[in-house]
Amino acid sequence: MNSQNNKQPSPLLSLEQLKVYYPIRKGIIKRTVDNVKAVDGVDLSIYSGETLGLVGESGCGKSTIGKAIVGLEKPTKGRILFDGDDIAGYSSDEMINLRSELQIVFQDPYSSLNPRKRVIDLLSEPLRVHRIVSNGDVSKEVDRLLDLVGLPKNSKNRYPHEFSGGQRQRIGIARALSLRPKLIVCDEPVSALDVSIQAQVLNLFKDLQKELNLTYLFIAHGLGAVKYISDRIAVMYLGKIVEIGPTKEIFQNPKHPYTRALMDASPIPNPHLRNRKKVVLQGDVPSPVNPPKGCRFHTRCPMAEAVCRVQEPELTGDSLHSSACFFSH
Amino acid sequence: MNLFERYFTGRKEPQLDTDMIWPEGDESSIKLFTRRFKKHKLAVAGLGVIIILTLCAIFAPLIAPYDPTTVTESFGAAPSMDHLMGTDQVGRDQLSRLIYSARVSLSVGVGSILIAVAIGTILGLISGYFGGWIDSLIMRITDMFMAFPYIMLILVVASIVGPGLMNMIIILGVLGWPGIARLVRGNVLTLKEAEYVKASVVLGYSTPRILFHHILPNTVAPILIYATSGIAGAILDEAALSFLGLGVQPPTPSWGNMLASAQSLTVLTSQPWLWIPPGVMIILSVLSINFVGDALRDALDPKNTK
Amino acid sequence: MFNYVIRRIFIAIPVLIGVTIINFIIMSMAPGSPVDMLISPQIPAEALAAKRIELGLDAPAYVQYLSWFKHLLQGDLGYSMITYEPVLNMILSRMGPTLLLMGVSLIIGVAIAVPLGILSARKQYSKLDYAAVTGSFLGISVPNFFLGLGLIYVFSIWLKILPSSGMTTLGSEGGFGDILLHLIMPVIVLTANVAGRNIRYVRSSMLEILEQDYLRTARAKGLKETLVINRHAVRNALIPIITVLGMEIPILFGGAVVIEQIFSWPGIGQLTMSSIMSRDYSTIMGLNLTAAVIVIVANLLTDITYALVDPRIKYSK
Repeated sequence: MNSQNNKQPSPLLSLEQLKVYYPIRKGIIKRTVDNVKAVDGVDLSIYSGETLGLVGESGCGKSTIGKAIVGLEKPTKGRILFDGDDIAGYSSDEMINLRSELQIVFQDPYSSLNPRKRVIDLLSEPLRVHRIVSNGDVSKEVDRLLDLVGLPKNSKNRYPHEFSGGQRQRIGIARALSLRPKLIVCDEPVSALDVSIQAQVLNLFKDLQKELNLTYLFIAHGLGAVKYISDRIAVMYLGKIVEIGPTKEIFQNPKHPYTRALMDASPIPNPHLRNRKKVVLQGDVPSPVNPPKGCRFHTRCPMAEAVCRVQEPELTGDSLHSSACFFSH
Repeated sequence: MNLFERYFTGRKEPQLDTDMIWPEGDESSIKLFTRRFKKHKLAVAGLGVIIILTLCAIFAPLIAPYDPTTVTESFGAAPSMDHLMGTDQVGRDQLSRLIYSARVSLSVGVGSILIAVAIGTILGLISGYFGGWIDSLIMRITDMFMAFPYIMLILVVASIVGPGLMNMIIILGVLGWPGIARLVRGNVLTLKEAEYVKASVVLGYSTPRILFHHILPNTVAPILIYATSGIAGAILDEAALSFLGLGVQPPTPSWGNMLASAQSLTVLTSQPWLWIPPGVMIILSVLSINFVGDALRDALDPKNTK
Repeated sequence: MFNYVIRRIFIAIPVLIGVTIINFIIMSMAPGSPVDMLISPQIPAEALAAKRIELGLDAPAYVQYLSWFKHLLQGDLGYSMITYEPVLNMILSRMGPTLLLMGVSLIIGVAIAVPLGILSARKQYSKLDYAAVTGSFLGISVPNFFLGLGLIYVFSIWLKILPSSGMTTLGSEGGFGDILLHLIMPVIVLTANVAGRNIRYVRSSMLEILEQDYLRTARAKGLKETLVINRHAVRNALIPIITVLGMEIPILFGGAVVIEQIFSWPGIGQLTMSSIMSRDYSTIMGLNLTAAVIVIVANLLTDITYALVDPRIKYSK
């Protein structure tokens, strides 16, 4: 999967200055006094056939972006362009036609499957509702879907609670695939799984992408899984993207101090490399209600200087690799 | 379409890299339920009593020795071979009246709860799922109905609408929904955040489908538990109303209106066969239903792992 | 906190208004318009016509409601159709005995249910637990009028030690001891209900708390068992019970109607029954409304108490 070849001039999905705010209401009449700025002005493009990894600590807004793309969160401002149409303001009725293009795989394979439905019901319901195949072919299509995700046919009549976490996640993937989407938002799909199972599921994602020409937005809180699966990586901090670039570039030449800190936070398999100087983050993530003025990262940044407290750095660099730091070049 | 075709090409060799063996002795959910329910001996006994009462109610004409409204030759007679439980002050056979009363109690209990569950479930679903002003409106209306002392409100409505079996069922049903509406709403609020409901939204299911196919089936257990104790409550309410003379009217027999005769001192002092048996029947049936409800609560509890 | 109280009150106001609307609708179903009921039946015939126009009896329903509501705000509940007395006066004179009956029953019922429920939970599956749970089931399953009749049969007819009706002995001065004797049986009946409903509630609330990690922590740090239970468990178990107590008020009102009828207790319940029997609709409606207002106020107080006791509730939001 060479991302360079797949890249087309116009992206499959692009976010333009996307903002998702949650109002905080107070007082007797509950007027809005402030906003939790979960996503605060994000520009992002995803090209057909690629996997874009989106990483950041919990609460940075990465999941909110994923949910906004599939219509589970209403954007406060900005545009979400899918195949050239702005879908940000779509009502749920208008979204229905797009359901077969945009799907999501959730983090928790235990709560994302209706406990009262058998696998066959879970998988045939979307096929029937959207008339993906004729009624007579539903059963055959379910078999095909199970086959695609590596589950045996005899799992059809089982209930979700009879499966392990990894198997459930496969069912969740099969359900997302049932509508034959172009883009799948993977919302931390492996972080709830055992490490040994994670690799299997990641491989499944890779295989499916190759076979079905899928595009992924792969959300994760650590760089581990993302490194393995992504063509490009975007790093988020407090509702903004601080660095974006091809996976190799990001790992070999991280420009933003936050990216470096994230990298140093994940364990290094090679003991000889462990001695190099690490960036260890101090303090907690500031509140997204009142993000710090200037660069949002300056309160925790080991390189911060006076300018960082005053001016907010723009995302700069070439079209491939850019970062939002005054000292990144 | 290229993408379209790709879905049909399938894979050459399915990759079965996960262990796919299910344990042989895996308990089905029905078996599990039965096993948990059986642990409550009183509930099993209660279920027996309910079954017997139901049979009595259905086959009352076959079982009862006399017609419950026919006046026989003896008035207020003590139990004898002719009348196993004696006769009332107008000379009707007490045993036959007790048997026929099961019809009244059970139909009031079940009938009114069906009405209450239907109204409460729909309002609760709407309130919880849509939220916003609809939710506020429905919940405030619920508050209003719950503000009236239940028995008092029923008495007032009964005094205006008039007594009778059908009216009892309707009144108890129409006034009994607020508790269920609150219960269902609370459940919906929790389920709405469940990822499988969000997944249903993303899969493009219509709102009615999400409500009735995905949310409602997962609230059946709490509704069932609530309805069981609701039946017991409705039987008690009917008895109280009939006792006060505002419920089921004689000559139709009901345990409550049979007890009303005990408001006269003569009956209370010297004809205990007229008021103790119907009281015992009420206790027996209500107690049985409550035991069953308690066992249901236990057996349907998702947190229960025993 | 202040904001929270204010907001609760603001929420209660539309409910109160809604209650008056429901009441008005029910009244309209009864013979005679609700506004009609505002007119004193002793008014001479000539003045009647003028009064009817003044009250807007020919006006559409909502105008009639507003007219009725205006009188309501001034505490005017109209006149009894039977005794010609102002309904408010009748209700106020009957309120004392009912509040006495309900208050005593609630206090004793809770005083039984709380310790028994806690004990029952601590000794789960013991004989005491089974006895308490079974007793609690009986408490909610025995119809209170049947229990009342049974008590009268045993204590008044058979043993002849307790008076079966009224609040004081007829012709006597009354007095504390006399009222107490009359209070015993009705209180037993209502208490059985209250205790029955709450024993199991306290028990399950306590059982849930006993499984919490912080109790294990408290034990692990070497606290004495009694201290663990009293300091950590009981306090947390009792918080939800405040809500349940609020819910007892409307149920007790209902119970009072039946019980006062059986024991001829001269309270609200008996007045309710006698007005229903004599089809005195203006009094019935006044009673219904008064009871609803008391319930709403009780709920309001419950919510506020709950917020005061439970540190997890944030008032500002």
